[in-house]
Order: sequence, then structure tokens, then C-alpha cells
Amino acid sequence: MPVAVHLPTVLRPHAGGAKTVTAEGSTVGEVLDALAAAYPGLSGQVVGDDGTLHRFVNVYLNDDDVRYLSALDTPVKDDDEVSILPAVAGGA
Amino acid sequence: MTAHSSVLELIGNTPIVDVSTLSPNPDVRILVKLEGQNPGGSVKDRVALSMVEQAEADGVLAPGQTLLEPSSGNTGIGLALVCRLKGYELVVVLPSNVSPERRQLLEVWGARIVESPGSEGSNGAVRLARAMAAEHPEWCFLYQYANPANPRAHYTGTGPEIWRDCPEVTHFVAGLGTSGTLLGVGRYLKEQNPAVEVWAVEPPAGEMVDGLRSLDDGYIPPIFENLGGAELLDRKTVVKPLDSIEWTRRLTEVGIFAGISTGAALAGAVRCASSIEGGVVVVVSADGGWKYLSTGAWTDDLDVVEQRARSTIYF
Repeated sequence: MPVAVHLPTVLRPHAGGAKTVTAEGSTVGEVLDALAAAYPGLSGQVVGDDGTLHRFVNVYLNDDDVRYLSALDTPVKDDDEVSILPAVAGGA
Repeated sequence: MTAHSSVLELIGNTPIVDVSTLSPNPDVRILVKLEGQNPGGSVKDRVALSMVEQAEADGVLAPGQTLLEPSSGNTGIGLALVCRLKGYELVVVLPSNVSPERRQLLEVWGARIVESPGSEGSNGAVRLARAMAAEHPEWCFLYQYANPANPRAHYTGTGPEIWRDCPEVTHFVAGLGTSGTLLGVGRYLKEQNPAVEVWAVEPPAGEMVDGLRSLDDGYIPPIFENLGGAELLDRKTVVKPLDSIEWTRRLTEVGIFAGISTGAALAGAVRCASSIEGGVVVVVSADGGWKYLSTGAWTDDLDVVEQRARSTIYF
């Protein structure tokens, strides 16, 4: 099923400047694979060649970091939103 | 009541208060630990004192020396207070987009401020401070993001206080910045009761930091990686500025005037309370609302405040 994927500023040039795109899949991993297939410039940027999330990327399903759900196997349903954000230093 | 010999003795032992009237679930109690009661006004007083005393004990900090620290405000303010009382010079690398009150408080305690680009957020402050530390090997670089004395302050202080005051705790919720609070309190509570869940709340920082050149400029606090943060956390949830401000306002219903990151943490606690059958959620309020009055968070139109919050570091 198609879900909205929000891209961070740093990745938008690889998706024609789009802030939000749609991609299909029944898990977060499938959605990200579909994303990389549609925008080859994104390939390897979010999910590495080893099949795991890039170290400095956080992927959220709605509001939750998927690393603390079932990572790339986390199921997605209609109306879910996937957000990709760079891991940056938090304020302190 | 004892008379204290130094303000530094007033750090820690903060009160915890029941705010369950804000809980969306009648079977879940929510309690807030008010770290704004520390003398420097935030939870970071604990971290500042812990790091300075550890450096003194390790012999890497001597009287008259200069300290350097990247901080979006609170750690800098806590360090500035400790440094003033202990006779150290302090240089704080501060992102340009923090509230003016944070900057003024640093000046109150005599810290020297070096600005880093606001578009790079705390990432930029960390990067600049590391470069300055390399140029000034004679300075003491405590580096809260990599200093184990940061989480230790919470392992020996904040955590045991929560367990003492609320041993029925089932869920612990706190904001994620350096990860010091979550690592220290989380580890302590899980050692007392392995069933306690630890939830991290963060602002969409990666969305607000638009000065990143590539993903490889990303950052994970070394303490988070070195101390098993990913294994310790049970959940990590993002709270957007609008929700943070709304919950900061809701806190005034129970008489709590807290900073905007407390609104975010409470929004996370409410999310947690909605998702469980029953329990006791303890949430950390990192600071009071005083430093955010200029943002109009309580008094201006919500959409105006939200826009302002999107370009201001409030964690």
C-alpha cells in the first residue's frame, strides 16, 4: 500500500527536490526499497549495502523511531507516514 | 532546616509531583520530577558539577584553568555557575538560535560565549567546540556528549531519588539530548526493577537542522554508543513543536511553569500512558519556564509560537 515518505533537506535533491513522496510496501524496509528503486540517487543512502539502516539516519513510522519497533521489518498500514531524519546532536 | 555552606549543595534532591489529572488513562499515574528547582535552573546543574568534580579528581582540571563546552544553554549555565564558585574560566560554544534568556544567564555567571551557526543546531556547536579544543590543548574540554560523568550524575543522583520517592514506577520518560539522563536513570531503574521501561522523547531536530551537508555529518553522542543506549531504550518517540507547546501550556493547569522541552516530555508520557493498561509514568522536567518567556509560549497565538519554536533550540 502507498504511504507518504517525508525526506530531510539533505536528501531532497535526490528526489527532484520533493519534500514528501509516496512509496509502496507492507514493511518499512519494503517502503525504503521502493523509494530507492524510484529515486536511484537515494540508493544506499538510507539503507546500506549490508541491508541495515545508515548509522546517521533515523527512520520514524508516524512518531516512533523504527529501531525501537521492529526496525526494517516494522509493518506499515494505510495512512501511516514514514519520516527520514538525519541523526544530529540534540540540544543540551 | 540546615543552613548550607554553598549553593552547590543545593544541586539535586528535586521534588516529584503527581500530575495524574493530565493523564489520558485513569489507570496510569503520571509524576513529574522538577529539575528546574536546581539552583542554576535546570537538570544540567547535576551534570556540570559531576563533570567538574570528576575532572578535579582525575587531575585534569587545576585552579585558574579555562573550560570549554558546546551547549545549547542549560549545561553551559550549570557549568558557568559551578565555574564561578570554583574559580574557573568558561567558554561556551552556543548555537545562535537559542532564547535570549539562555544567553543572558551565561553572561550572569561570567561565561564567555562563542556563537556557532544556528542552521547547524547543536551539531554545529559540537563541531566548533571540538575544533577549538584541538587548537587549545591547555583548556579542559569536558565534552558532555562523551563524558561518562554526565550519565553518572543521574545514575548516582536522579535515578536513586526517583526510586526513593516512587518505587512503583513502571515507565521512565525523558528528553533525549546528550542521552545522559536516559542512560543514567534508565540503567539505575532497570537494575532495581528490570520491568521498568525507558522511553526517549526528542524534538524533530533533524528536521530543524537544515545546515547539514550530507548524512555523514550526522552525530550520535559517544556516551550513547559506548554505554549501550540502543539496548537500554525501549522506545524513542518524536514530539513536534506544536504538541510540545500545547503540553507546556497544559502543565500550568496543575501549577507547573516549565520549559518547552518539558511539554515535549509530557506529550511523550501521555502517549505512553495511552498505550499501556496501567502503571506509573515518571517524567523529567528539565527546566522551568523562565528562560522561554520571550518566546511567547504561554501568551501568543499558538501558530505564531509554533513557527518561532521551529527555528529555536528549546531542548
